[in-house]
Amino acid sequence: MPDFEPRIVAFVCNWCTYAGADLTGTSRIKYAHNVRMIRLPCTGRIDFMLLLQAFGQGADGIIVSGCHPGDCHYTSGNFHARRRWMLFRRLLDFMGVDLRRVTFAWVSAAEGAKWAEIVNTAAADLRKLGPYDDFPKRFVEKVGLFTVHREGEAPAEPNVAARTQSAEVA
Amino acid sequence: MPRIGVFICHCGENIAGTVDCAAVTQAAAQIPGVVHSVDYKYMCSDPGQNQIKEAIKEKRLTGVVVAACSPRMHEPTFRRACAEAGLNPFLCEMANLREHCSWVHEKNGHTTSKAIDLVRILVEKVKRNRPLFPINVPVTKTALVIGGGIAGIQAALDIANAGQKVVLVEREPSIGGHMAQLSETFPTLDCSQCILTPRMVEVAQHPNITLHTYAELERLDGFIGNFRAVIRKKARCIDEKTCTGCGACIQKCALKKIPSEFNAGLGLRTAIYVPFPQAVPNKPVIDRDHCTFFQTGRCKLCERACPTKAIRFDQQDEFIEINVGAVVAATGYEVKGTDFFPEYGYGEQKDIITGLQFERLASASGPTQGVIKRPSDGKVPDTIVFVACAGSRDPAKGIAYCSKICCMYTAKHAMLYKHKVHAGKAYVFYMDIRAGGKMYEEFVRRAIEEDEVHYVRGRVSRIYPRDGQLVVKGVDTLLNSRPVEIEADMVVLATAMVAQPDAESLAQKMKVSYDQYHFLAEAHPKLRPVEMNTAGIFVAGACQAPKDIPETVAQASAAAAKVLGLFSRDELSREPVVAVVNRCAPPEFSTCVGCFLCESACAYQAIEHEDIKTRDGKLIKTVARVNQGVCQGCGTCVALCRSKSIDLQGFSNEQIFAELVAL
Repeated sequence: MPDFEPRIVAFVCNWCTYAGADLTGTSRIKYAHNVRMIRLPCTGRIDFMLLLQAFGQGADGIIVSGCHPGDCHYTSGNFHARRRWMLFRRLLDFMGVDLRRVTFAWVSAAEGAKWAEIVNTAAADLRKLGPYDDFPKRFVEKVGLFTVHREGEAPAEPNVAARTQSAEVA
Repeated sequence: MPRIGVFICHCGENIAGTVDCAAVTQAAAQIPGVVHSVDYKYMCSDPGQNQIKEAIKEKRLTGVVVAACSPRMHEPTFRRACAEAGLNPFLCEMANLREHCSWVHEKNGHTTSKAIDLVRILVEKVKRNRPLFPINVPVTKTALVIGGGIAGIQAALDIANAGQKVVLVEREPSIGGHMAQLSETFPTLDCSQCILTPRMVEVAQHPNITLHTYAELERLDGFIGNFRAVIRKKARCIDEKTCTGCGACIQKCALKKIPSEFNAGLGLRTAIYVPFPQAVPNKPVIDRDHCTFFQTGRCKLCERACPTKAIRFDQQDEFIEINVGAVVAATGYEVKGTDFFPEYGYGEQKDIITGLQFERLASASGPTQGVIKRPSDGKVPDTIVFVACAGSRDPAKGIAYCSKICCMYTAKHAMLYKHKVHAGKAYVFYMDIRAGGKMYEEFVRRAIEEDEVHYVRGRVSRIYPRDGQLVVKGVDTLLNSRPVEIEADMVVLATAMVAQPDAESLAQKMKVSYDQYHFLAEAHPKLRPVEMNTAGIFVAGACQAPKDIPETVAQASAAAAKVLGLFSRDELSREPVVAVVNRCAPPEFSTCVGCFLCESACAYQAIEHEDIKTRDGKLIKTVARVNQGVCQGCGTCVALCRSKSIDLQGFSNEQIFAELVAL
């Protein structure tokens, strides 16, 4: 698939990675356009359901990034995020989610070039891996793990029917 | 129905150079809920801001998305513009088209479609933004300073001189701390008490300072601007008002052989005592653990001697409750005793002393009136050995850090010794000489070159007695690691500076963090060096890390400046980006189940327990509540909440899921 362009969602903290990405901009360092950033106060704020929702919405890859350990603006939020991630990746692995599609990286406010490199690496890897249709197919259409909203649709009620179905399957 | 306005900035050519702004404007207009979509060359300029203000009024906008530069740059600008037009500022969001899009991508369709995505994400978010209002917290303009050493004295005086009230709490019977014990100070060799005691008197006489000595912090509740402290004023057994400090009681006391804390165990004191002649307040205290009356039930010699009848044997501990707006922790340090060192004789050799004990020996007000005599037999030592880094920088002893002041005071000790015992020989065993500071390196060079102190680079492996002398076995690493043996009359260990033994419990009372060595942890090692991570609590002096007097004074003044900054306003205004626990109709009252995972995750102790009760006082359930004065808005609790009962204003679950859905 030579002309496939992955969609990457990045969950970043306001104080380090968001500022780092600002620095990438002010330094005019070019990187892959595929990434869409969601600004959060802290990586500790990242409920990992957000990651699943992003995959459910059709993201091909995800980047989670915040302050380096010890540098958290809120003292320890990134430690919570790291600990949570260690558990969550095992769950993802167990679910059969392709872990190569999730990048976890520390990017400080001074590491503009590192941010560009992380996005470029993720984009290049995901181009090789191809689209991640598997996730919506398996977890959304079949199991009904999420309610997925399409553009132009009004936000639907939670897919209760699908959930009941999945319980029966289980 | 939401009525969102989208304002796309060209930023001259910065955005328009790579992004097709007209296409973004058109696409934004198609997003459901968007009623107004325009682009302009410079949105942040006055005409640009006016466009936003007019549109808010004319189109009755309920939300604004400015697609321009980074919100870290101009979010305050545009939020202010919205507020001026009557729209709640928190209904304005920025899409970062410059730093995150136009500057980092090439000019092509992908970049424009990314710009459209970014706008759409923020439109979906802003649709779900709620009006938020700054949180106002009143400020009690009184500061509590804990610790009456030089750090506490400096902080208290700075705050008091600026016209604010201070309550200074000191655990010992007198203020002054360790600095009062020192003989001379490096690098100027000026007398420590000469520079300190005037400050101590100033504290006692200052109209804005309430001094509580022989008192400790019992409890601290509340939050920035609104702390409530309970201070335990220990029973002094003296009526401070009637006591004149004449000292008749001290002369009459039958117990005269109690080791004096002030003289670091080298001198003796009575059971009713004043720690040192210049003590502030100069009122005695009865040491109940030694006093004959308290031990056996009779004596009262002091009571009979007192001309003003100020002795109160029945005095009880008193609890004082005060409201304060800020707290300065300045509780200082302790030095390790010689008993910490098995290789140096477990403290059993009388002539092996600590640096602090040497200070007392060298001090004119000390037990020997400043004559350097060894404790065992009072002989003036002909040979003296100083061991630097005794315990410090030694992970095997659990103290990996450098105590910072020992290099300097060891040079000072050696110098003082040479000034008093001209024919004596002084040796210093050291690892490295760390003499960073104004005139510090010169001071050490003076000790080596002018006063001919022998510096030996190497560590001391053992010290043991032989024929009335101490054999110091070490190594000289600059002489090919040749073993060195010195027969000394006295050895001074520059023992490690450690946290106060109860630093941990104090930190827990104040709900602040501390490091592995129990030193209090500052909020940021570089940019917030005097603040603690609990808002409204500041730190000064060696309770945070080993430091010398100039650094301590600087930090104390910095803490005072922070307190005064806080006290400069009657009310604190905070960004309302804080967590909230939901409340709903009975019988649930809240979906919170009271697991308090949030409480353990919160780095700021912002989570409180709230009891929900019926009208007749029956407990229905206990739920979490966020103290908005303390919460910093990181959202760690939100991600952790199992029942999704806690949410972060401005970054709510609803908003972020909406952003994802917009992708």
